Amino acid sequence: MSCWETIADYGLRSLGHGERLLPRSDFTLCQQFTLIGSGMIWNIYFGTLALLSGFVLATAVALGKSARNPLIRKPAEWFVFVFRGSPLFIQFFFAYFLFLSLKSSYPVLAPLTAAALGALVVLFLNTAAYSAEIFYGALQSIPKGDIEAADAYGMSGWPRFRRVIWPTMLRLGWPAYTNEAIFLFHATTLVFFSGFPTLKQKGDALYYASYFADKTFNPFIPYPILAFYFILLTLTVIWLFGRVNARLNRHLPQETRSRIRLRPQLIR
Amino acid sequence: MFNSCTDPSALEGLSWLLCYLTTGKHLSMYWAVGTVLLLLAITAPVALVFGFGGASAARSRFLPLRWFGKAYISVVRGVPDIAFFMFFVIALDQAFELVRHKIKCPGWDQDIWQGNDFVVCTAAKLPLGTAPQWVHETYGFFLAVLTFSIVFGAFAANVLYGAMQAVPRAQIETAEAYGMTHRQSFWRIMVPQMWVYALPGLSNLWMVLIKATPLLFLLGVEDIVYWARELGGSKTTQFTDYPHPDWRMWYFLALLIFYLGFTRVSEVALDKIMKRLTKGQATMGGEAQRKAAA
Repeated sequence: MSCWETIADYGLRSLGHGERLLPRSDFTLCQQFTLIGSGMIWNIYFGTLALLSGFVLATAVALGKSARNPLIRKPAEWFVFVFRGSPLFIQFFFAYFLFLSLKSSYPVLAPLTAAALGALVVLFLNTAAYSAEIFYGALQSIPKGDIEAADAYGMSGWPRFRRVIWPTMLRLGWPAYTNEAIFLFHATTLVFFSGFPTLKQKGDALYYASYFADKTFNPFIPYPILAFYFILLTLTVIWLFGRVNARLNRHLPQETRSRIRLRPQLIR
Repeated sequence: MFNSCTDPSALEGLSWLLCYLTTGKHLSMYWAVGTVLLLLAITAPVALVFGFGGASAARSRFLPLRWFGKAYISVVRGVPDIAFFMFFVIALDQAFELVRHKIKCPGWDQDIWQGNDFVVCTAAKLPLGTAPQWVHETYGFFLAVLTFSIVFGAFAANVLYGAMQAVPRAQIETAEAYGMTHRQSFWRIMVPQMWVYALPGLSNLWMVLIKATPLLFLLGVEDIVYWARELGGSKTTQFTDYPHPDWRMWYFLALLIFYLGFTRVSEVALDKIMKRLTKGQATMGGEAQRKAAA
């Protein structure tokens, strides 16, 4: 079987298209590359959607955390504390069993017990909490002069937020937020190892990598392939976020721009 | 455990719960908490040693050693660490067995990788097939500790590398002016001073390490996640004296609260240590403390 046929058979295997059975013997390098790459679809799906939706909630929570009214501030603080203070792994388990018991009383919520939606909800809340903390820190370090300048121009309320506070907050928090994005993508590998079932062996990249490692007793091929894909994904994320960073900093002189530095802050 | 627990079916309410939570299996679960603490207690110092080695290697003047140190630090960045956990446990196990195989069975003429199997001679198996159960469990735990140390050693290396760079250059120049060798200025000037710079990163790492402990479950150790799944599942009267529906949700809620408490306590303790260490330092934190006292 040629490599093209393998790609045709297994390229979309993680979504349930193509060959039904996973390869069982005589594993070729091409099969491993194709299947693990196919699993990456899930990692990208979880990461992208959680990041986009989490961004909105994170901004809201960051604002809530810096609010003066304790009725708004306290819930925001607790939200951040609960999701940053506990392991994501346990959050997945808890959420899965919570959704299971919700399903038995409200059948409408059944889709939540599938990874595609349930795990996405957990990742969304989790990244919102981590990003909120980043944005909160950025909000606190907005230069006083910027706000005074906005006041001097007669801006207040929504226009001041939209045109001064929010862009500055994003600009200051962006390097840290880039790291958060990278490690969110890494965290998506936990999904299928934490309760959420893989229906018909439709799993993510790590699921297939560990499948091959278990079958061949040889971890030295599938895991480096997985590493290769993730390094590629990480470089893409750094490039994309770098573009945004350049745009956020475009009004500043070259030297004072904040550079994105990759710092290891990983397991959650 | 208690005398009143001899007939569980007659119990009700709180006394039922008390008896339920002190069954033998629940006691094993409480022991598993000890496993987690033991893992933390061993991994933290070992990872620090690995990290120190990695950071020193990355600063070495010997090129291949510097490459090794830098590669060790940077490889973990681009790859999900859970992949490292799953990789190292198998890879280390095979490496140990391979080394023992080479020593113990020199006359072995078959391939070690036979298609889809990894075969070493019986004498080289780790642990030996005849070994008692606790040896198997300890060996699994040992592999887990080693894996955690290697992965977290890389993070610690990154933090310590940054801390070594943060020590003011003038300090090293002064040491050189006094005629100290490279080695002397490293051990006598840089290493004592770098810890203040390293502590924020290291305490962050400690929090991450705490939150990584549930991954023990994936390495095949019977930890609290294992027991929560085991004990929480619905039980019928056929298998236990304490039948109950699916309670896994509540077990994991308890774990969630346990971890929240643990990280909170660590946070407070690390804050105290940081306050203690910044006292009298020529940093912004130290300056703020001086002003507050005055």
